[in-house]
Amino acid sequence: MINKLISAGFGGQGVLLLGQLVTYAGMIEDKHVSWMPSYGPEMRGGTANCNVIVSSDPVGSPVVTNADAVIALNGPSLDKFEKTVKPGGKLFINSSIVEKKAKRKDIDVYNIPASEMAIKFGNSKVTNMVMLGAYVTATAVVTKDSIMIGIKKFLGKSKAHLIALNEKAFDAGAKLVR
Amino acid sequence: MKGNEAIAEAAIKAGCRYFFGYPITPQNQIPEHMAKRMPEVGGTFLQAESEVAAINMVYGASGAGARVMTSSSSPGISLKQEGISYIACAMLPCVIVNIMRSGPGLGGILPAQADYFQAVKGGGHGDYRLIVYAPASVQEAADCVMEAFEASDYYRVPALILADGMIGQMMEPVEFKPITKRKQPPKDWAATGNDGTKPRAQINSIHIEAEKMSAVCKGLQCVYDKIAAKETQYEEFMMDDADICIVAYGTTSRIVKNAVKKARELGIKAGLIRPITVWPFPSEMIAKATEKCKAFVAVEMSTGQMVEDVRLAVNGAKPVLFVGVTGGMVPTPEMVLEELQDIEEGM
Repeated sequence: MINKLISAGFGGQGVLLLGQLVTYAGMIEDKHVSWMPSYGPEMRGGTANCNVIVSSDPVGSPVVTNADAVIALNGPSLDKFEKTVKPGGKLFINSSIVEKKAKRKDIDVYNIPASEMAIKFGNSKVTNMVMLGAYVTATAVVTKDSIMIGIKKFLGKSKAHLIALNEKAFDAGAKLVR
Repeated sequence: MKGNEAIAEAAIKAGCRYFFGYPITPQNQIPEHMAKRMPEVGGTFLQAESEVAAINMVYGASGAGARVMTSSSSPGISLKQEGISYIACAMLPCVIVNIMRSGPGLGGILPAQADYFQAVKGGGHGDYRLIVYAPASVQEAADCVMEAFEASDYYRVPALILADGMIGQMMEPVEFKPITKRKQPPKDWAATGNDGTKPRAQINSIHIEAEKMSAVCKGLQCVYDKIAAKETQYEEFMMDDADICIVAYGTTSRIVKNAVKKARELGIKAGLIRPITVWPFPSEMIAKATEKCKAFVAVEMSTGQMVEDVRLAVNGAKPVLFVGVTGGMVPTPEMVLEELQDIEEGM
């Protein structure tokens, strides 16, 4: 098993964290993982992104060229990475702010109104969690339990009160693709 | 853990208690981690006013017998070269980390392997070498740092960790293994203060008389010969029956491994020799491979640097080809595979 993900969006939308949580979950499940962030000039152009690989075998190249899934939280990310999804792969679009529709017909496209749902929960910062819920449920790369262990660890004691909100957002995303 | 953090933590675990640096992308998580950790372990973290100052602080701390490290990225490493040459001449141990970005000039901040020449063929002036480790994963980066401290102390030769922005920035699981300690000679050469009961310790890199300088150079060369004989490290991947031997290090080697696997699926017998130390370079292993392999390919994120060492090792016995991208671009397995298919058709 190997699953390659690109998570992309504006800086501040939590795309890197989204990828990290998938990475941690993979690690918790004793899989081989790698997480490679964009740190170059493209970050300044609205497509902060990370390449995540979860695999049953050691990870070769950490660079994702044929993605099993792309999560696009904004328009520029859709423009840039739609072509990277391999045929039969999955594309998750934050349809709240991405006005364009996906052009590809050979992939599964999930339009998730993630920003709107997050705002409905009272915190736009959990947009990424809605997308994560959809992604994890549609792909079954890792389990929700592993993701939650990662979220708890990431938030730590001082932000433990946010665990419930994050889980709620995750479940909302999950429900949309079930 | 990020590669940069793993490098910094490995240094702490190896007993490094002094870190001097100056910020530059893509290695900033190293000083960041050191700034947090050094006070916790009773060490010293200092952000110097420049790279030149930082390397000279390393020179001083090492002269006093401490385990010390500095880190930077390509243009910053260029600035440190004078100090590195002095440290090499004074026979002092230290660990220098270069998280390479693209160049020449101030260049870009994306990964590259364009400092190979600088790392293995000099960098600074004079007849000297560094022990150069080129890790290909976050785990190996941590392991190499620990080993670098031990080897550097043992030979009194500075060690360099030559990684690129990708190794520095990526996150992978890492386990800090207990350090494999060598039986170290006492640091009786260190300048640690003198109460008049022993001869003065002199840390020196100037030898005006030709005879003396020549003796120093010869002495260094003896040490380098020992290092070449004992410290060369490499990994072989699917080399048993390989027709085409690829040579690649660091990040590039991971991409090549994917290409080798794909080539094998197409019936192309490719293999990889991955130098873990790029100086000393696994020349003998490559020379041996000329007996079985029909062609060699060097793959690098540069316009062709390590390929020269591969050509020297192959010594005309077989064709040596080159695949490279540079400037912050990263090769894809498909690109390497295409080259392998071309070679296969030509054979």
